[in-house]
Amino acid sequence: MSEGEDREARKGAWLLMMFALGWRMVTGRSGKSRRVTSAEAAGPRDFPLPSGRDADTETQAVTSGRERWGTLLVACSLIAAIAAGIGFLFIYWTDGGNKLLGGTLALSFAGFGIALILWSHFLMAHREATEPLEPLLSPEEDRQTAADDFCAGARDVKRRSLLKLMIVAGAGVFAAMFVSLLRSFGAPIEPALYQIVWSRGQRLMTADNKPVSIHSLKPGDSVTVFPEGSIGNDHAQTVLVRVKEQFLRLPADRADWAPMGYLAYSRVCTHAGCPVGMFESQTNLLLCPCHQSTFNVLTGAEPTGGPAARPLPQLPLYADSEGLLRAGGRFSSIPGPGFWGGQQ
Amino acid sequence: MIRRIGRWFDSRLHLAQPAREALNHVFPDHWSFMLGEIALYSFVVLIITGSFLAMFFNGSTAHLIYHGPYRALDGVEMSAAYQSVLHLCFGVPAGLLIRQMHHWAALIFIGAIVVHVARIFFTGAFRRPREINWWIGLTLLVLALSNGYFGYSILGDLLSGAGMRIGYSMMLSIPIIGPWLAFLFFGGRVPVDVTIPRMYGLHIFVVPAAISVLLALHLGIIWRQKHTNYPGPGRTDHTITGSRIWPTYTAKSIGLFFLVFAVIAALGALVQIDPVWIYGPYDPIAILPGAQPDWYLAWVEGAMRLFPGVNIYLGPYLIPEVFFPGILFPVLFFIVLYLYPFFDKFITHDNQPHHVLRHPYEQPFQTALGCAVFMFLFVLFVAAGDDVIAVATGTSVVTIRLILRILVFVAPAVTGIIVYGLCILSRHRHARGLERALESASAEGRLISGENEVTQ
Repeated sequence: MSEGEDREARKGAWLLMMFALGWRMVTGRSGKSRRVTSAEAAGPRDFPLPSGRDADTETQAVTSGRERWGTLLVACSLIAAIAAGIGFLFIYWTDGGNKLLGGTLALSFAGFGIALILWSHFLMAHREATEPLEPLLSPEEDRQTAADDFCAGARDVKRRSLLKLMIVAGAGVFAAMFVSLLRSFGAPIEPALYQIVWSRGQRLMTADNKPVSIHSLKPGDSVTVFPEGSIGNDHAQTVLVRVKEQFLRLPADRADWAPMGYLAYSRVCTHAGCPVGMFESQTNLLLCPCHQSTFNVLTGAEPTGGPAARPLPQLPLYADSEGLLRAGGRFSSIPGPGFWGGQQ
Repeated sequence: MIRRIGRWFDSRLHLAQPAREALNHVFPDHWSFMLGEIALYSFVVLIITGSFLAMFFNGSTAHLIYHGPYRALDGVEMSAAYQSVLHLCFGVPAGLLIRQMHHWAALIFIGAIVVHVARIFFTGAFRRPREINWWIGLTLLVLALSNGYFGYSILGDLLSGAGMRIGYSMMLSIPIIGPWLAFLFFGGRVPVDVTIPRMYGLHIFVVPAAISVLLALHLGIIWRQKHTNYPGPGRTDHTITGSRIWPTYTAKSIGLFFLVFAVIAALGALVQIDPVWIYGPYDPIAILPGAQPDWYLAWVEGAMRLFPGVNIYLGPYLIPEVFFPGILFPVLFFIVLYLYPFFDKFITHDNQPHHVLRHPYEQPFQTALGCAVFMFLFVLFVAAGDDVIAVATGTSVVTIRLILRILVFVAPAVTGIIVYGLCILSRHRHARGLERALESASAEGRLISGENEVTQ
């Protein structure tokens, strides 16, 4: 028999079974009648006796239509749950897809869940119980005795004040021992946090380790560069852009930092440290895709929009005799997000 | 049989009386009392699915070249962590399903906690004697938020890398101790290899253990103090009305567990979540446009986007702009939440123990305040997707941000005023209804029980 036929046959068998079961339940020829205490039948009690609810053992048989339908519904849900569960097993063992696997799992659990909720709805007695709440505050006497017991014990400790002091000191040392373990997790913030990888004379290299010359970019182009020997270094990543020289409006002390309109800025956003990954050549803006901060490359990457408050550090550039671009020094400030001591 | 088993345990543990009390424990029936249960059951799903995942995940940043069933990344350099996630998704039977269920369960867990907290807040359930559980509950929320962040940060994909950078920048921005704290927590200047293993340890052991202990305390206190109830006929501060734990409530509650599990399984099967294989492995110089955090961190992300670029310089020192929306705002927000029971005591001059809840309209100021805060958070939530909205509507991010910067103040104010008005109206309506009921009752010459009417 093929797989499809097998499944069809199984489905048919389930349907038949369900039908037969349902019929028997609705016609009431099967199923146990529920026992209800006379106390239940009499309605809710406001304050049940502390002895509990089943003190009364006199029972009577009740099999109402509602109950029969309830039984049928619960049975249907359970059958669906079991069927879906078997389906899950089948799909799992035959390495079926994620959708079918999760779908059958969900159906199976939903079946069980619905069955239980229907069960509680149709087949359990709904009696509202009301009980007194005892006040949470203990009687004065109890509190007094507890306090007295504590103080009596504490007096023994108090008498030996030197020992008590030593215990406190010991606890302090214990705490210090545990807290000191944190040292293993930390790393010294100096020099890592203040590190600026670039130094004067280093060539600008692309990610595939090629030097950049003054002919590499057209105005409006950009490329990510690293210091020679530190390709892929996160803290050193730098964006090199080229703009038309006549548009430059750099501060006076940076006048010679941009040979032929080449500008280099730290590529780590000063806001939250994401790579400033986009250059818009029409507006001459560098954009950080994390929080949409924008920096104007013409004015020394001053922030022009978004949440960033500090400009991207600029890297002075010069062209050597072969026309290759080199760093003219370090970044103008510490690259990356700001911190307490990070203002030079 | 039951009796024999019972006898076996009772003769060893003396359990008959406590067992009987437990079976007869009264628990009030109301749909809103199931919100906390949904959170609890999602946590159970998290533990089950998380245990499965932990057997396969490799919290290591060792570099390797991928060769495996996912062809698109064949030959790509990645971390061992990311490689193990790919293996889990494409090589382990049911691995992808369990991983997606785990992520969905986390979203539902935190969602259920938030709605649960809102229910507690608006009905005044945090009042005496339940302040301790309010604080434990808030701590559970903080732990859940952090663990969500740790969970999606450890996968070693490009998106989680961005999240790690932003988290690091936030911690770094704290005045004076920020740099030390950030280096202590992340183990150096992010990106650094030691972060993922320690976040993994926190994610699968430390935080879940803390959540479990606090959860046990939370439930223990509910059991001890008994549950609150909505006002209604016969509801008083010194009685409790509801159905008994056994069997109705037990059946319903276990049924709810299965339903929560079913919904999470259906989502895990049908709705793709955090498809890390599409994002690619973490690469320090690459970045994903249109990146958002999981929904429960979007309020902080939105605040970080809307807050203007304002630095504070103190001589040679700096308080960076990230500090105000990223650290100060959420910390203050939670401090206000923790202290709210005291504030409520101060404005209502009410220090009595309460077991009957307060309808939101009975406390118009609190309800208006709560709704305004929710509106504020909602605008921030929207702001976290301002770039996506800009792309979808064809407007610029600048315009969207300007609108949101205005809305973030106007919308909560308007919401607060409207809700305040609605509360006053409905208080009047209820008062009138009560008057009419009293009149007709006295016309019939019935005796009015003062207690029942007052609690209406």
